[in-house]
Amino acid sequence: MDAATELKPPAFQPWSRDKMAALVADDIPEGWYVNLGIGIPTMVANHVPLDREVIFHSENGVLGMGPAPPTEEINPWLINAGKQYITLRKGGSYVHHADSFGMIRGGHLDLCCLGAFEVADNGDIANWATSENDTAPAVGGAMDLAAGAKRLWVIMEHMTKDGRSKMVQKCTYPLTAPRAVKRVYTNFGIFDVTPRGFEVRSIVPGLSREDLQARTDAPLHFPE
Amino acid sequence: MAINKFVRDMAEAMAGIKDGSTVLLGGFGAVGQPNQLLDGLIEQGAKDLTVAVNNAGSGRVGLARLMELRRVRKLICTFPRSRDPVVFETLYKAGEIELEITPQGTLAQRIQAAGYGMGAFYTATAVGTPIARGKEHREFDGREMVLEYALKADVALIEAWQADRWGNLTYKDAGRNFNPIMAQAAELTIVQTQHVVELGDLNPEHIITPGIFVDRVLHVPYGDPPIF
Repeated sequence: MDAATELKPPAFQPWSRDKMAALVADDIPEGWYVNLGIGIPTMVANHVPLDREVIFHSENGVLGMGPAPPTEEINPWLINAGKQYITLRKGGSYVHHADSFGMIRGGHLDLCCLGAFEVADNGDIANWATSENDTAPAVGGAMDLAAGAKRLWVIMEHMTKDGRSKMVQKCTYPLTAPRAVKRVYTNFGIFDVTPRGFEVRSIVPGLSREDLQARTDAPLHFPE
Repeated sequence: MAINKFVRDMAEAMAGIKDGSTVLLGGFGAVGQPNQLLDGLIEQGAKDLTVAVNNAGSGRVGLARLMELRRVRKLICTFPRSRDPVVFETLYKAGEIELEITPQGTLAQRIQAAGYGMGAFYTATAVGTPIARGKEHREFDGREMVLEYALKADVALIEAWQADRWGNLTYKDAGRNFNPIMAQAAELTIVQTQHVVELGDLNPEHIITPGIFVDRVLHVPYGDPPIF
């Protein structure tokens, strides 16, 4: 029997996307300037209470992004990078695209959270194209964010829909940036990228170390 | 005669745009995009264009229409996979349009560099990725960087919120995006503005694009972008 068929039905409940977002939010201290990518990362903002002053940046030139407005209060001129309607918090500002990316590329953002297809245990991230010959590849701001922010955290499902680990020894997809990721939040656990590889910070309740490793391509290291 | 950058109509706004021009197109999605100027360009007839823009057009209007008429030879773009990019995808799959994918910050910086009179710059963005392949690399302060060239253009199409007769401009909220840097990077900068104000009415502290970067302004009070 091969490794895949040996895996028993999970006796644990993986963290929901909302829970993953909440775990990231818990780790963001007041005062940080933060860019959230499209997808699960966007949900992080919902879990940062407004009285903890975290300043969200959107790469189309919005600093101090606030929550989505009720439909009747939509400002059609105010969107985020995902082209969703947003609000501007008190103290927020608008800048043009070069200044907005200057904030990113100049290393002024404390944190960027992105989704990913794969993260390697040296910090490589692949999140923009699933093949070298992608028809009409779309990169947007991902490479700027991955290379430019002071910290890059990834939030993603631990495995693909067809059961492959997204925490890999080497990315198979084209890279977004090499050696950029500092931490990974998945539905199975939280992992730091360290010089020796992935170090496990926490595991979803009910999942053993061995079962976590069995679901992970890259070797995992556990704190003693 | 006093300076007056306002033009009377679209034909005057579009006069002289040549075949083979490189055109910078402001906007991020539908916000801050000069849709009426795009319609004017379609009407004007220039072809064999290179267009630099964040997204690759939606539906069959505006940029998508310009491409569908086979007037765009090449698109320089960061995210062609936006809402309903049917025309671009069809042309691209058929090999009928050239695509240069550029990271969004690199596109903004290339445009800004042109406006600042720089020839090129080095950036860490895209190092180690397919986009940096074949480009010159150099290490600065221990960090590997890749050479990117300024993107100088013949024409910029800009959407502003307010304009006066000197071509001083303000923008509306997230409608600013690429517009100010594009206005600065083209030989001929053409603006459509929602509102016309008297010279002196704009607070000098609030002018985002000073008139030196602007050549022609057309008053197009079309209202708000559509809500999706």
